[in-house]
Amino acid sequence: MKTNKIIITVISCFLLILNSKAQDKFFTKTGDINFFSKAPLENITADNKDVLSIINVETGEMAIQMKMIDFTFEKALMQEHFNENYIESDKYPTATFKGTITDFKNMSDTKKEHTVKGVLTIHGVSKNVEIKANFKKANNAIDVDGNFIVALKDYKIKIPKIVFMNIAENIKVTFKFNHQPYTK
Amino acid sequence: MNKFLLTFVFLASSMLCFSQDDLLDILDKETVTNDKDNIVTSTFKGTRILNGHSVENRKAKQLEFIISHRFGRINSGFDDLFGLDESNIRFSLEYGFTDNLTGGFGRSSFEKTYDMFLKYSLFKQRTGDKSFPFAISLFGSVAAKTLEEPFPLVQRSFSENLSYVGQVLIARKVSKSFSYQVSPTYIHRNTVTIAEDPHDIFALGFGARIKLSNRVSLNGEYYHQFNESVSINTRNALGFGVDIETGGHVFQLILSNAITMIEKSFIAETTGDFFGGDIHLGFNISRTF
Repeated sequence: MKTNKIIITVISCFLLILNSKAQDKFFTKTGDINFFSKAPLENITADNKDVLSIINVETGEMAIQMKMIDFTFEKALMQEHFNENYIESDKYPTATFKGTITDFKNMSDTKKEHTVKGVLTIHGVSKNVEIKANFKKANNAIDVDGNFIVALKDYKIKIPKIVFMNIAENIKVTFKFNHQPYTK
Repeated sequence: MNKFLLTFVFLASSMLCFSQDDLLDILDKETVTNDKDNIVTSTFKGTRILNGHSVENRKAKQLEFIISHRFGRINSGFDDLFGLDESNIRFSLEYGFTDNLTGGFGRSSFEKTYDMFLKYSLFKQRTGDKSFPFAISLFGSVAAKTLEEPFPLVQRSFSENLSYVGQVLIARKVSKSFSYQVSPTYIHRNTVTIAEDPHDIFALGFGARIKLSNRVSLNGEYYHQFNESVSINTRNALGFGVDIETGGHVFQLILSNAITMIEKSFIAETTGDFFGGDIHLGFNISRTF
């Protein structure tokens, strides 16, 4: 009898942990990341609308992952060259970010800027970054948006001299995520 | 007491289990693999290896303007500035109807020839579950020569001046830096110079590229004819070239014994001896809109 009680306690504890952990995470797989390169000859922009992002509201941890092949460009040839030569998506298929939201306990239903500190990995190169982003936590949703600048040379993405008039050295990255409760 | 200990260990381990559940691991798990992730792309940089077509197509709704140019023979000496005085030029507009079907219309100054082609990508090279080792495209073209015969002066009807080409382009990207292509070719000419010349020519093309860097590749191409015209001393077309990719365009610099740029012509009507120095310098420039 006593053994049974213990087992029930253990199982219920286990389920409780499982449950509470599940509700602590907010997730999206349709996040939007856009990058914009402004150069003398050409402005280039590309969109990825299949970005995965997850936030653990208990710990304030946040992670983002995207496939580079999902970026779509206005010109198909640019997209091909982006994957083939610049970002080398066969070798480095994804870009990721993992970090912690500062002051995450104060997230509220009014849009507020938080700094996210973490590691950004693009083209196989990891860098410590601090990104400012707007967070809004409404009932059962966390919206995040903002932008930051990526210097291509930081991530060993080489721009040949012949196209330096076409591609900027610093790329503006804009992001927008609407997280929903993660259930698994 | 033991049971409490057991409970504790069990709880602790389950907690541990969750703390190991890294957020990025969850994202990895949630990432879906699409069909397009397995398609091997960029087998060649351009829609041409050098003179002949590669398996590559333009994407849907992309219009490409190609200017191809071949100078005269570089062994023609200083008087002709090593062939730069002479030239054959082809302009063409090529359009991607879908990602797999490209059509084009061109005009070559050589024999004032107009040509039209369709190229269809039948199979893609794939990795993963439905892996397939080759990319296969079908190519068909028709060319109309509009230059009138100077001697003997004969009037030919439009259809008498037509030639047709059918090709199966079979390519494989072996690695990021090496791709090759084999191109069985059939050419039919409605009119030939003398009765002994065959109306049908069979040829097999070989092409390859080696990438020297991310943006520069070295290409080679050879077409072997199994039967050939007897009225002219034809030779098999051989060419070497460099592809240079500059943002939205691909620039090709070519050395070849062929002066023409359409299949019926460079495969079956090339007369230059590459190793005798009958080499034409040429280039293809493409701009995609």
